Amino acid sequence: MTETEETGVAAGTTDGTDASADAAPLLKVRGLVRHFPITKGLLKRQVGAVQAVDGIDFDVRPGETLGVVGESGCGKSTMGRLITRLDEPTGGSIEFEGRDITHLSPGRLRPMRRDVQMIFQDPYGSLNPRHTIGGIVGTPFRLQGVEPEGGVKKEVQRLLELVGLSPEHYNRYPHEFSGGQRQRIGIARALALKPKLVVADEPVSALDVSIQAQVVNLMDDLQDELGLTYVIIAHDLSVIRHVSDRIAVMYLGKIVELADRKSLYEAPMHPYTKALLSAVPVPDPKRRTQRDRILLTGDVPSPIDPPSGCRFRTRCWKATEVCSTTEPPLVALRGGHKVACHHPENAPESVGAGTPGTAGSGG
Amino acid sequence: MGRRRRPRGVKGTVTAPIETTGAAAEAQPEAVLQGVESKKIEGRSLGQIAWLRFRRDKVAVAGAIVVILLILIAALSRPVQSWLGLDPNSPNQDLIDPNTTLPKGDLGGMSLDHPLGVDPKFGRDLLARVLEGSWVSLIVAFGATLLSVAIGTVLGVVAGFYRGRVDALISRLMDVFLAFPLLLFAIAISASLQGGAFGLEGLPLHISVLIFVIGFFNWPYMGRIVRAQTLSLREREFVDAARGMGARGPFILFRELLPNLVGPIIVYSTLLIPSNILFEAALSFLGVGIQPPQASWGGMLNQAVKFYEVDPQYMLVPGLAIFVTVLAFNLLGDGLRDALDPRSSR
Ligand SMILES: Nc1ncnc2c1ncn2[C@@H]1O[C@H](COP(=O)(O)OP(=O)(O)OP(=O)(O)O)[C@@H](O)[C@H]1O
Ligand code: SF4
Ligand SMILES: [Mg+2]
Repeated sequence: MTETEETGVAAGTTDGTDASADAAPLLKVRGLVRHFPITKGLLKRQVGAVQAVDGIDFDVRPGETLGVVGESGCGKSTMGRLITRLDEPTGGSIEFEGRDITHLSPGRLRPMRRDVQMIFQDPYGSLNPRHTIGGIVGTPFRLQGVEPEGGVKKEVQRLLELVGLSPEHYNRYPHEFSGGQRQRIGIARALALKPKLVVADEPVSALDVSIQAQVVNLMDDLQDELGLTYVIIAHDLSVIRHVSDRIAVMYLGKIVELADRKSLYEAPMHPYTKALLSAVPVPDPKRRTQRDRILLTGDVPSPIDPPSGCRFRTRCWKATEVCSTTEPPLVALRGGHKVACHHPENAPESVGAGTPGTAGSGG
Repeated sequence: MGRRRRPRGVKGTVTAPIETTGAAAEAQPEAVLQGVESKKIEGRSLGQIAWLRFRRDKVAVAGAIVVILLILIAALSRPVQSWLGLDPNSPNQDLIDPNTTLPKGDLGGMSLDHPLGVDPKFGRDLLARVLEGSWVSLIVAFGATLLSVAIGTVLGVVAGFYRGRVDALISRLMDVFLAFPLLLFAIAISASLQGGAFGLEGLPLHISVLIFVIGFFNWPYMGRIVRAQTLSLREREFVDAARGMGARGPFILFRELLPNLVGPIIVYSTLLIPSNILFEAALSFLGVGIQPPQASWGGMLNQAVKFYEVDPQYMLVPGLAIFVTVLAFNLLGDGLRDALDPRSSR
């Protein structure tokens, strides 16, 4: 919580973004769609679809950490499973290092698997209870046919040390460890093959609050040490605040805002982001009063039948006629801050998307 | 074990006062990392933990001991008979009262020579017959269980792992088998094969037919359990983790899933054995299983009911043998289930 909450820093957030944006993205996602068909009856007739991810675009730049936040059920995990190709997209494209991997077969994906790894949410479900720690962390080597220098055992023990465990844990079983330790084991496994991209799906949300920071810090340290690129998924903005370079906010299968960490926290443009930010606890009681807590009313609409136009309109206090008829595109406003809203907050008057007089009236 | 269960998704709520136990449990193993560790702890596998848990369950241990004894008795049944000089099929007409055809003397003709008495009409030694029946019973029960476990495991794993049409097909097949009038079928098949088939006749034929009939029609129970377990296991994140490292079907099946299925398979096999023992007894009782004069528990019961008013002791011998065997296997199976999967015990 080191960031200041000053308002009026709308300008001056461009530095840093342009330089890194020039580099070729490590991962390029365009129009990504994943619909889960809903079938009925004996003949499996399709009667609808869960639009878990419904057309999202983003890049992940080498060396950065992209945070992805959103409420439960907005499609974050589905997105994570798509970009690691644990699941196959219904539409759109995914390019990793310039190579289209959208519909690659499992066999063709195999070499790419070395470079893209995933850290899972559930520290109890992600480690096979019948395997030893040594076996678990050593599995990537076996599966990819890699023989590390000095042998698998030595390398596994080195990895265990790297994530803050003892090499003597090699012969132990997962159930003997705490949640935090298990998550470290999962991290060691993910890093075994020296991946380029690591996708972490709510890596700490199942852990004790006191352990969360330790694990996040470990991930942060390892990023510097190994030059990793992260996509970290979280369900609120507090966890990823310190580690993300850029943050994508998802709502009901769409990215509604994508911006630099600083720009997003200091001047959120999408009403949904603003609401999420207001829910982040502020430790300083003096400052707590300065920010009104925005309580979102109503439930998240069903991804089977999302609202027309802007998907957030059923809960948005700024919604107007245009919001229900026209879907707001994700467009870059000042300083590359992307937002999908007809009446963005903290935005210059001129970019009200043709509806003057409404921008900045909320909050 | 207290720290195993933790609510998923601590959504940033302030729950400090009640987190103390959780935090303490967390802190202790984390402290191990700081080099506080003094004694070298060997990793205990889930199997070893299950064994420790099982050992504490006195009832299950008793069941296990009885089961082991029963298996020993059955395996050594023939040698013991010849060592004791017993013959299950030799009649002793001198022990039978020719007027009533009942054994002479009290308690069904109990004597030092025939500690459990003799049967009416023929005067055959009951100890020998119940010993002889034990191996028949157990070999049929084990054989049939093995057969249904083999079929059930393979089809259950395939259905659960590949899902989709394969699963639909196998699941319907299980429904068909479960809806099958098994008893009628068993009677029909046993009756039609009495003469001899597959180059077998007599006792080997009867045993094979029983194993086939019981085993082949019981597999869907095993199949359903294995299928359900596989379905839930394949959704676990460690399967995704393996796939994310490039693992293919066979690796996931044999290295990730199967080790987790061994426990349930052992438990439900143990629980299937007693029901198969009862099944064998029932079929033999109905006269379509093991054929006389070969001794079997079901066959003995069949004979005994004709005399139950005048010679109740005869019925008690095979009845108790079946009862003790079935009970022991059930206790063992329940104990194994509790030990291997403590969540299902309550
Ligand atoms: N395999 C599936 N089949 C059908 N629907 C699915 C499947 N996986 C996810 N969904 C649906 O897609 C939507 C998005 O799910 P997803 O798990 O991606 O959300 P999430 O943002 O990760 O939520 P959480 O914070 O709870 O993890 C949900 O409505 C979910 O029910
Ligand atoms: S487009 Fe309209 S409904 Fe959607 S977030 Fe913006 S103001 Fe609200
Ligand atoms: Mg999720």
